[in-house]
Amino acid sequence: MAQKEYTVDNTNLDKHISQSFNEELETIKNQVLAMGEVVEQQIADAVESIVNVDKELAKKVVAIEDDVNVREVRLDELCVEVLACRQPAAGDLRMILSATNIIRDLEHIGDEAEKVAKMSLTLAKKGAAPGGYEEVRHMGELVHTMLNSVLDAFNRLDVTQALAVAKADKKVDREFKSAMRVIVTYMMEDPRSIKRAMNIITALRALERMGNHSRSIAEHIIYLVKGLDVRHTSIKEIASKLGQ
Amino acid sequence: MNENDPQISQDITNLITVGNAFSEHAKMSMRNVNVFYADKQAIHDVSLDIGKNEVVAMIGPSGCGKSTFLRCMNRMNDTIDSCRIEGDFRLEEDDIYHPNQDVVALRARVGIVFQKPNPFPKSIYDNVAYGPKVHGLASSKTDLDEIVETSLVRAGLWNEVKDRLTAAGTGLSGGQQQRLCIARTIAVGPEVILMDEPCSALDPIATAKIEELIAELSQNFTIAIVTHSMQQAARVSQRTAYFHMGKLIEVNDTKKVFTNPEHELTEAYITGRFG
Repeated sequence: MAQKEYTVDNTNLDKHISQSFNEELETIKNQVLAMGEVVEQQIADAVESIVNVDKELAKKVVAIEDDVNVREVRLDELCVEVLACRQPAAGDLRMILSATNIIRDLEHIGDEAEKVAKMSLTLAKKGAAPGGYEEVRHMGELVHTMLNSVLDAFNRLDVTQALAVAKADKKVDREFKSAMRVIVTYMMEDPRSIKRAMNIITALRALERMGNHSRSIAEHIIYLVKGLDVRHTSIKEIASKLGQ
Repeated sequence: MNENDPQISQDITNLITVGNAFSEHAKMSMRNVNVFYADKQAIHDVSLDIGKNEVVAMIGPSGCGKSTFLRCMNRMNDTIDSCRIEGDFRLEEDDIYHPNQDVVALRARVGIVFQKPNPFPKSIYDNVAYGPKVHGLASSKTDLDEIVETSLVRAGLWNEVKDRLTAAGTGLSGGQQQRLCIARTIAVGPEVILMDEPCSALDPIATAKIEELIAELSQNFTIAIVTHSMQQAARVSQRTAYFHMGKLIEVNDTKKVFTNPEHELTEAYITGRFG
């Protein structure tokens, strides 16, 4: 008989003899997704606040960062409890380890969104940058889609979609480089704008990091589902390891 | 658990063990083992190597055949009339089921430690000295004293009992009794030690001491341990063998079994998805 490859999927997460263990894993999964939704909104709001010069929205993004931090700490506590009380193994162990890593990445994305919002407040106060707003909007859309997609991949434990997100990070990196070229041109044209342009660069750099963290989440999903550690691995190698 | 359990749909009728059941430096090699109790087949075509100085853990639900298999490895099942054993059991080159095999000599080479500590109703000293005496391993009292001391030291019990060697072995605590049984086993200089749930009657501290001892003993002996504690298997063994309904489902490096097992049934068992 051909050996059926064993992977974690949603059909076996709730099959433990212990019903309360099922519930604990389910709670962790749902709370990671809920935290992800908050962070997703933070990205959208941070980008909008910079593009539309909306100070109130920027302040909201900064304020929400506390909520994200609280969620991170609570989720960590839950994961520690499961590790201590259940001594999970195999797929369950990978679920807990991945969850602790994913919430770390989500929290970092939240920090980066806060940076974007703070740049938005600075620009609102000191006057508009010479350009780069369109680039911020574009990169913002890309990383927002990445995070949305990677959270969906986590929800469905879908490695194909996780791999697609990891690939999308390359595009964000390219966009960042191209945006930098545009802004450098502005700065060369009008050196007095350098200080304000630097604020836009900080925001773009934060968006680029969000892409890195989304890719990192995708890698944790691949580890969770397949048990493969694909950190520090090229997209080509990951795809080949996954047989795709 | 039965094969129709809705949670585990996999058909294991024609199953081939996944992972790595063999060792390049096998101390014991079992091939195509079938064991029957009267008409009931308890072990189905199991092949497994235990490597020299390796600790192999055997895990699986109750009735999966792991203890039966372990007991076949030093012919403990010979005493059960209805038990019939097929297959090849080798201790290095020796066929341990060969008609000319001296079973007493075999059990000196392949010792066993049971679930419940079972010291003889004799002194601590005599418990350890009994085997070497029977097998004629000591030519003098001094020799025997040395074997007793060395065995108790290796079993991590010497410091606790050296001043009361004439006290009854049965007067020791459960954990000490189990270490006394291990000392008794190693006193006859075995090559392999079989352990059948050696810690299931012990508290966590005594368990930790035995586990520590297993790690030390593996430097000199080859060890096969049956355990119901998955954490224990994870802690003490280099390879883990998962048995299910008399079949050997998976053998792999312990690290792999507990982080990323190959077989669905192994995963289901170690994550508590069926009992």
